[in-house]
Amino acid sequence: MKHLLDIESLSKEDIEHYLNLADNLKEILYRPIPKVPTLRGKLVLLLFYEPSTRTKFSFERACKILSAEVMSFQTKGSSLEKGETLLDTVKNLKTLGVNLIVIRHNLSGTPHFLARNLSVPVVNAGDGTHEHPTQALLDLLTVRQKLGTLYDLKVAIIGDIKHSRVAHSDILAFQKMGSTVYVSGPAHLLPTPAEEEFFCLKPKAFKVCYNLATAIESADVVIALRVQKERHETPLIPGYNEYHLTFGLAPKHLDLIKEGALLMHPGPINWGVELHPELEKYPFQVILDQVENGVAVRMAVLLTLLTGA
Amino acid sequence: MRLLIKNGRVLDPTLGLDLIADVYIVDGKIEGVEENISVSADRILDAHGLWVLPGLVDIHVHLREPGEEWKEDIESGTRAALHGGVLRVACMPNTKPPVDTPEVCSAIIAKAKEKGYVPVYPIACITKGQAGKELTEFGRLKLAGAVALSDDGKWVQDSEVMRKALLYAKSFDLPIISHPEDQALSFGGQVNLGKLSAKLGLKGVPFTAETVAVVRDLLLAKETKGKLHLAHLSVKENLPFLRWAKEEGVNFTAETCPHYFHLTEWECDGYNTLAKVNPPLRTEDDVLAIKQAIKEGLIEVIASDHAPHSPLEKDVEFELASPGMIGLEFLLPLSSSLVREGLISPLKLLELLITNPAKVIGIEPPSLRKGEKAKIVLFDPEEEYLVTEDFIQSKSKNTPFLGKTIKGRVKKVILEDKVYEF
Repeated sequence: MKHLLDIESLSKEDIEHYLNLADNLKEILYRPIPKVPTLRGKLVLLLFYEPSTRTKFSFERACKILSAEVMSFQTKGSSLEKGETLLDTVKNLKTLGVNLIVIRHNLSGTPHFLARNLSVPVVNAGDGTHEHPTQALLDLLTVRQKLGTLYDLKVAIIGDIKHSRVAHSDILAFQKMGSTVYVSGPAHLLPTPAEEEFFCLKPKAFKVCYNLATAIESADVVIALRVQKERHETPLIPGYNEYHLTFGLAPKHLDLIKEGALLMHPGPINWGVELHPELEKYPFQVILDQVENGVAVRMAVLLTLLTGA
Repeated sequence: MRLLIKNGRVLDPTLGLDLIADVYIVDGKIEGVEENISVSADRILDAHGLWVLPGLVDIHVHLREPGEEWKEDIESGTRAALHGGVLRVACMPNTKPPVDTPEVCSAIIAKAKEKGYVPVYPIACITKGQAGKELTEFGRLKLAGAVALSDDGKWVQDSEVMRKALLYAKSFDLPIISHPEDQALSFGGQVNLGKLSAKLGLKGVPFTAETVAVVRDLLLAKETKGKLHLAHLSVKENLPFLRWAKEEGVNFTAETCPHYFHLTEWECDGYNTLAKVNPPLRTEDDVLAIKQAIKEGLIEVIASDHAPHSPLEKDVEFELASPGMIGLEFLLPLSSSLVREGLISPLKLLELLITNPAKVIGIEPPSLRKGEKAKIVLFDPEEEYLVTEDFIQSKSKNTPFLGKTIKGRVKKVILEDKVYEF
């Protein structure tokens, strides 16, 4: 594999490769000195054109554990403000000896654009409203660790599906592993029938529900999403109280889902909007496990693309 | 100078001619079109297997001058037109500054007279600065040479402004060319709304953005009896409304471009900015519907929407890329597929490329009538070739047909006593 641009172009085997490798690497995190020399001498460039907490630190942590050097890029104070194009910026930075580029960008397809124009591996750390493949991999890893399988599960994804790159990656990733995905949220933030055709990989493996209860009924996994307010050109949510009442997950919903079903969220969470604060105490809430798995998954991705592991 | 074009398939949509014949040209003027002309000539061109036709009239061209000459200028744009067998060009007013004053209009005409390979007919703005609010001086613009009015690139969003424009234009017998796109519905859109927009995570443009605009403009044209031309139609949902307008006798014509009956949204897959265009490429169903509309006579004009952009505008992130593709050099080759597919006859096709567009902008429809200045194209409808950057004479090379094999090639162009060979 040369790049990691999206889940869409990965096969089930590719995904399994990353998950297995991440499972093996995770043990390093628990060592007294969590550091191995595998990527010594490699230079990774973290290009974050959008705010990020989890993803950026997780990539940085993964690099450091594997002994790769990290350079990070701030859009503030860079030549971007002087009018330099993205392509020029990256070509210039590449001459510094960069071996791999991790990019987060507000425009969909930017990682693909870089991959087409540069000879170094590119990792998509979230592009616009397109995909966030490492997030989907860590979601899969978390579910596989907790439930022992990724086959024949019912996964419900709730919220602003239209603007969520996490949802787009998860919808494809869970289906590729043999599960069924139901999505629900405000109807104007759900895929249109034509878009639905793309998201449905095989008959009945994907369903758009206008009713929250239908989506989460007997679900094995429930993933709540943040409302992507910053991607709405005009306000799309008439009121956040109404949102919470209609599309927010609350303790009353726990009776509907399967016993022991996982509750996940890619973060950052707006408690009281998409999740009722009491759900933090739900015993099968695995939000912090997701973050920890994020480091392992990103180690697996770096290792694969830099060493061909 | 006497020139004889032998044994071509002479196609003149204006006169309704379709026959194997010779064309005799003396001192740059057509002397006669007949079978087996036997006269002595200074030069004989063998046109066996070729179409011999009056030059095309392309009424949707962006020449980019003044203001964006790094993309194209009047000289390079008209050279590209010549290469494509387009011998009359109407250029869109979204230049910098836009053609909203007689001065800009006159400057374009003067430049075209000096540097142009073919005549240029400017289209002026409907509203000042294309802002959609205040009408321009239609009368003075017409005196300066404007042949039509359009805020191309922008739909006149305010219905009352459009209504006034359709009415006022009647005073000067000028057509209003609409760019039908409700910009509230298409806002931020990058590609067609559907499978591909879902795949690429890009904002999609719904068909309603176009059809809502088409229907409003047809209704206003019905009410005002103004002369309306609908540019670059791309979606299937327009068809019933076009049929309705024909039945009602609305004074309108509709246009499409070759990319809307050759390509689908999937051309943009992989974030290919060369296929980013406005309106966006649509689905296979839409391609079929556009062909159906041509066959039914609902769409009566094919134009290129030649929109040159340099790598500065195209070799960037998809959402930052400018929409548009060049088309002057491919207008006839790509349109000729409609004949090979058996959809329409060659003569009918040339009506859509020559006679009808000339009528829209109110110029004498080109023909091979005796006494006319010779402006003739020799076209091989069967030749296949690879589209390379070297082939393209436009300053810009932005076309999704680059690297593809297309069929139909302009071989020679006769402009009075000059013969250009390609």
